[in-house]
Amino acid sequence: MGAPKMTVSRTAGADVLVIVPARNEAANIDDVIADLRAHAGPCDILVVDDHSTDDTAARARSLGVHVVRLPYNLGIGGAVQTGFRYARRMGYRHALQFDGDGQHAADQIDELLTPLRSGLADVAIGSRFLAAGGFRGTGMRRVGMRMFQWLSRATSGIRITDTTSGFRAYRAPAIRFLVDRYPSDYPEVESITHLARAGFRIVEVPARMRERQAGTSSIGLKRTVYYLVKVSLASVVSAGRPRKPRRDEQARADARKRA
Amino acid sequence: MPDFSDVQTTRIQHIAIGLCVILIASVIGLIRKGRLREEYAFIWFGSALTLLFFSVFRRAFDAVARFLGIAYGPSFLLLVILFSGFLFLVHFSIVISRHTEENKRLAQEVAILQKLAEKTDADHGGAKDDR
Repeated sequence: MGAPKMTVSRTAGADVLVIVPARNEAANIDDVIADLRAHAGPCDILVVDDHSTDDTAARARSLGVHVVRLPYNLGIGGAVQTGFRYARRMGYRHALQFDGDGQHAADQIDELLTPLRSGLADVAIGSRFLAAGGFRGTGMRRVGMRMFQWLSRATSGIRITDTTSGFRAYRAPAIRFLVDRYPSDYPEVESITHLARAGFRIVEVPARMRERQAGTSSIGLKRTVYYLVKVSLASVVSAGRPRKPRRDEQARADARKRA
Repeated sequence: MPDFSDVQTTRIQHIAIGLCVILIASVIGLIRKGRLREEYAFIWFGSALTLLFFSVFRRAFDAVARFLGIAYGPSFLLLVILFSGFLFLVHFSIVISRHTEENKRLAQEVAILQKLAEKTDADHGGAKDDR
């Protein structure tokens, strides 16, 4: 730890790491990076290439951002967790997830970070439901989202409207927690439960999201059922797990120190 | 009860004892070749020795069954086999889960270290303002 070499690639003064998980997003990555550079404010960008079969990593490198390429496919959770690991190692104060498919908007990053910077929360989640104009979704997806809302509330004790949102920002104590505990696939709903039960304060911030620009979503129709069952089971099981007060206290102590 | 099947019983007993000895020998062999970790060898040793014990003292099994209130010995045997098979499978699931987690962590660390190594290389050219 702490060796000077390790901090070589962190931009002086930058305390925010934008984690961009990307798998086969060569068609989108240019726009995503351009958007971040134009609107994200001072930050370092880390593209985590989840072993793409296209040239996502090469394109990202040519744009001059930090790139980590996983030696094999770990899934979205494993990719984002790689970012957490990197953020912890490099000592960033904040890390945020910004998907590589172009569905998130970089000009909203500042708003997402505001509650963290002011010490109001450890985790901020961008919510489509709270955004002006709102978000409805259709059919099966809507039913699923309702179910997750209810499930998340039942297992975490807090009300999150957009439980599947991947647009999230974390403070260092939450990052340290997630390095050790973050589900590999479909991590969004489950991680809310883990974080809430570990005593981290979670807030939602309104956020618009775009339809994906190109390529296909990682969640195909046939995996939706698996998604529902897996997430439900995982959330319920982790709710039955005893809370860890020591982590909780640690997190609060950290929060007080930073505030 | 007249023990009219004594010859056959003895024969099958010999076969069972022989198989148990082979099992124990192959477990030892696997450990010596380094192909089986000791922590898993304990399971197989325990199983083989238990089998050996009941092969030698065949009536002990019936005695245990009767003690537990199971009238028919073979059904007790079935219960034991099913239950221990189930336990082994759970155990291996736990081991696999742990390995998956460790493997994931290793992959993440490797990817990060590779990136840091590249950065050091890139300082000799090719690195832009690196934001």
